[in-house]
Amino acid sequence: MQKLLKFLKPYKRICIIAPICKLSEAILELIVPVIMARIIDIGIANQDKAYIFKMCGLIVFMGICGLSFALTCQYLAAKCAFGYGTDLRKALYEHINQLSETEIDRLGTSTLINRITNDVTASQSGVNMFIRLASRAPFLVIGAIIMVLILDVKLALIFLIIAPIVGLLLYFVMSRTIPLYAENQKKLDIIARHTGENLDGVRVIRAFSRQKQETDIFRKECEDLEKSMLIAGKISAVLNPLTFMVMNLGIVAVLWFGGVHVNTGMLSQGDLTAFTNYMTQILLAMVALANLIVILTKAQASSLRVAEILETESSMQEGKEPVEENFSEEIIAFEGVSFSYAGAGDKALENISFNLKKGQTLGIIGGTGSGKSTLGSLIIRSYDATEGEIRIFGKNIQRYALKELRKKIGVVPQKAVLFTGTIRENLQLADEAITEPDMWKALNIAQAEFVKNLQYQLNTHLVQGGKNLSGGQKQRLTIARALAGKPEILILDDSMSALDYATDAKLRKELNEQCREITKVIISQRATSLMNADVILVLDEGKCAGIGTHEELLENCEIYQEIWNSQMQTGA
Amino acid sequence: MGNTIMRILHYCRAYWHDLILAIICTLIGVSLSLIVPVMIGEAVDYAVGVNQVDFAGLGKIVFVLGIMIFISTGFQFLSGLLINRLAFGTVKDLRSELTAKLENMPVSYIDGHARGDIMARVISDIEILSDGLLQGFAQLFTGIVTIIGTLVFMLTINVKITLIVVLMTPLSLIAAAKITALSHNAFQKQSELRGNIGALTEELVGSQKLVKAFAYEERAEKRFSVLNEQLGEAGLKATFFSSISNPLTRFINGLIYAAVGTVGALGAIGVLPWVGKMTVGSLASFLAFSNQYTKPFNEISGVIAELQNAVSCAQRVFEVLDAESEPDDSQKETLLSCNGNLAFEQVEFSYLPEKPLIQQFSMEAHKGQKIAIVGTTGCGKSTIINLILRFYEIHSGKISIDGRSTKEFTRDSLRKQFGMVLQETWIFTGTAAENIAYGKPDATREEIIQAAKAAYADGFIRRLPNGYDTVISEQSGLSQGQKQLLCIARIMLTNPPMLILDEATSSIDLRTEHRIQRAFEKLMQGKTSFVIAHRLSTIQNADLILVMKDGNVIEQGTHNSLMKENGFYAELYQSQFAG
Repeated sequence: MQKLLKFLKPYKRICIIAPICKLSEAILELIVPVIMARIIDIGIANQDKAYIFKMCGLIVFMGICGLSFALTCQYLAAKCAFGYGTDLRKALYEHINQLSETEIDRLGTSTLINRITNDVTASQSGVNMFIRLASRAPFLVIGAIIMVLILDVKLALIFLIIAPIVGLLLYFVMSRTIPLYAENQKKLDIIARHTGENLDGVRVIRAFSRQKQETDIFRKECEDLEKSMLIAGKISAVLNPLTFMVMNLGIVAVLWFGGVHVNTGMLSQGDLTAFTNYMTQILLAMVALANLIVILTKAQASSLRVAEILETESSMQEGKEPVEENFSEEIIAFEGVSFSYAGAGDKALENISFNLKKGQTLGIIGGTGSGKSTLGSLIIRSYDATEGEIRIFGKNIQRYALKELRKKIGVVPQKAVLFTGTIRENLQLADEAITEPDMWKALNIAQAEFVKNLQYQLNTHLVQGGKNLSGGQKQRLTIARALAGKPEILILDDSMSALDYATDAKLRKELNEQCREITKVIISQRATSLMNADVILVLDEGKCAGIGTHEELLENCEIYQEIWNSQMQTGA
Repeated sequence: MGNTIMRILHYCRAYWHDLILAIICTLIGVSLSLIVPVMIGEAVDYAVGVNQVDFAGLGKIVFVLGIMIFISTGFQFLSGLLINRLAFGTVKDLRSELTAKLENMPVSYIDGHARGDIMARVISDIEILSDGLLQGFAQLFTGIVTIIGTLVFMLTINVKITLIVVLMTPLSLIAAAKITALSHNAFQKQSELRGNIGALTEELVGSQKLVKAFAYEERAEKRFSVLNEQLGEAGLKATFFSSISNPLTRFINGLIYAAVGTVGALGAIGVLPWVGKMTVGSLASFLAFSNQYTKPFNEISGVIAELQNAVSCAQRVFEVLDAESEPDDSQKETLLSCNGNLAFEQVEFSYLPEKPLIQQFSMEAHKGQKIAIVGTTGCGKSTIINLILRFYEIHSGKISIDGRSTKEFTRDSLRKQFGMVLQETWIFTGTAAENIAYGKPDATREEIIQAAKAAYADGFIRRLPNGYDTVISEQSGLSQGQKQLLCIARIMLTNPPMLILDEATSSIDLRTEHRIQRAFEKLMQGKTSFVIAHRLSTIQNADLILVMKDGNVIEQGTHNSLMKENGFYAELYQSQFAG
């Protein structure tokens, strides 16, 4: 929680001024009955019409003052809350950007999204409510306590008994409901995840005609959430009435013992009236406080969820060194590298070694789930190798600042994902400064001339995920996107799967001719796509089953022979 | 806005008994709590002075007071519970209806709307509505009861001054309404921006790997920040504008108080004869009640920002609910089984009216045939699947199954005739077994394992930490190829009469692919199948190969006839052997 308080710091002044405004308004409000009393005592008693009008004018004037105080407070509260929320949301997103893949995988994206959107909003309205409402209640309570102590210390003891009871009550409800509210948010995360999955799988769901079942599952999830909300609500619902009861019973006690005191002459009847009046005031303030606490508890649960993310540290230690301009000839080197995913038992990669010089091409081939993509993600340091050393540009990969390293590497992921925005914006993903000629060059190499035929060319707007393009078009754009950044290393992770062979072949030809300087790592299912690579790495369940050129492998690698033959046989 | 509120209330209808009970409980609880101050006054009257305290009377009243407090507490608690039930129940219904609605939305709607924005409506907007309902009802009930109660007390004291109070009250209502109307736009802007930022977050966080691989973090943060600032500003505006109404009502209440005081005081000194008789004591209690009376107005306007926010969020929810669903076709015939003859006749279709795609498309597939669709990327192959399964409806022409238009049948029963595997895999969060049994939830474990074996998925599933009971998801570290194997296993299990394979094995290694091909062939025996593939090797033995270009079929025939033609297909075919 310390982490979140930090975000209120810039608004410290507001946090002080706003309550003062609120207090001033409250004080003015408290004086009004006093003036009214004078109207009755003096105005009516003396039959003084002028006095009555004068005093009523004063009440109206005080009302105007109160109004301006209140408006100032409202404005400041909103300003502080939204400033806080905006800063927090920004910081949260930036923090998530700092986390490594391992943490993102563990937390899951749907809950992260929920925390950026919902939880921050809840925390923000908590701040707003707190500033607007919380300053008034304690002031009224403290003021009233002082007054009752002055009136009759012994009788005030009753209040000293009640106060801890109410305090305990508040504590009990808060401590019980915070975990319950967190539970509610978790259930909400489930619904969010399910909604997302259903939007992604809309075709599959309909192809299997499972809409009804999905609807049923949704209903169950919503009911589950409702149940959990009702449980939390039940405890919260106790708070307000119980506070009301404890305070009122206190008043009853005051009446009885006050009666005794009046009988012995320790207290006058007027004082007793005043005493009960102040008790009522305390009661109202307490009930308001109880209400506020119910609202704040929910905000608190959300704040904790936000803090949880902010407190999650990246498990990856980032280096500081930039990539030097004149790096060595050795571009990528793996030495005895093994890797296993967090929480998974088997090693995804085991004892992999290879060496790649500038301009060379590494081909990676292997069965489904053999660790091809994992190897690619180690090169951009999405994960750290669990054993062995990876050197990029001649230095241990861990010595580089991540952004520096990744700027030199162009990645074409297996799943062709594009961002909402124009094609131009997508091609500029690596760098805003990429020029138009460079974009066209990249598009040409990537065989994505179709952009030329689009009505708005580079300014064509892509809807979310590039839904308005075909799979092959998307894939070619992702290749162009990687090339536009002029990388030193290019990783193509099975990124031509949606391309027909003709396009595939043309693309590879262009890559070889126009990007000689780029060191390439090509992951593919198609042996023909890799046969010209300088080194081919054959992976089998995470282990290296063979490494060498096409000819070498044909001679001495059984698995490679099998792959090659099977493809050539059915092909021919 | 009024309409939206009526509609929200309409959803509360299912909980009308909770509503009525809540009103009754509030009525009892609040009226008792209103009497409490009166009784306290009476109790004080028993304690007049030294040795003048009537302990019997005081004791009696204290006793009654105690009981009333207990009863009032009980009813207040009950009404709280009932309001919870009402609000949470309503929200549950609304969210269920919304998610159900999404299941019946045309695919084009889902394709055309940002995922994050739809999710913001299902999650955040309904959450905010839930909070609004809770506060709204709680304040409204207590408020109404308090207003009526105090009105009664005031009327018993002085009818004319009561009239002044009642006549002046609309002032605060009008002020509140004016401000509400003014801030309405700001609220809409706020919830719209909230949707936008939801969509952006969803996109950026959802593609975190990409953001990192391109070191795009800083600019992503800038994009986020720009929208975030806008949201902050809009939120500030909306909240501040609407929070004006609370101090303003308080101010107006103060005016009412002053007016009552003036008129009452003048009445008491006899300057205003029409006011009637007014003693100092009755003026004092009248002032106390008028204070009580105006309080609910104050409290309701205190949460007005939350309520307005809730209404504009509800509007966004209703927007989705009002969008047109896929037309109801439950009256149509259910297609129980088919032979598998499928024909396209002069079909025309395009996603955008100004960009024609499929034109004058005709073809015939007979029972048991394997139809392959090939062509360069973006030529409309996947669109054909969208049309066969009626994810999108054709503009003109006819698609028929066993000679009858597919439109004669329910969409569900039509789709059940097909098994579909797409290049874009879809794995939902659930166990591996549940994922495989998606199309046949009642499948036995034995059947599931058989299907997994047929799809060559058994091996890697067994190596997962909990085997078939391992919970998997899109993000759980399965390779793209493994996900495809799981999707194929789904089809192996359902065994439908017709098959559609759209690049179903594109991420699977060739050795496994060949084995799966054999399994598919076994599965496809006697069935009509449509195969889209780039690896022409997998479709050489097709009975009919359709070669598409720019939305049209430019060549069709068998592998041999097409090779002889030496056209576009032959060119495609040769290219795959080029190194």
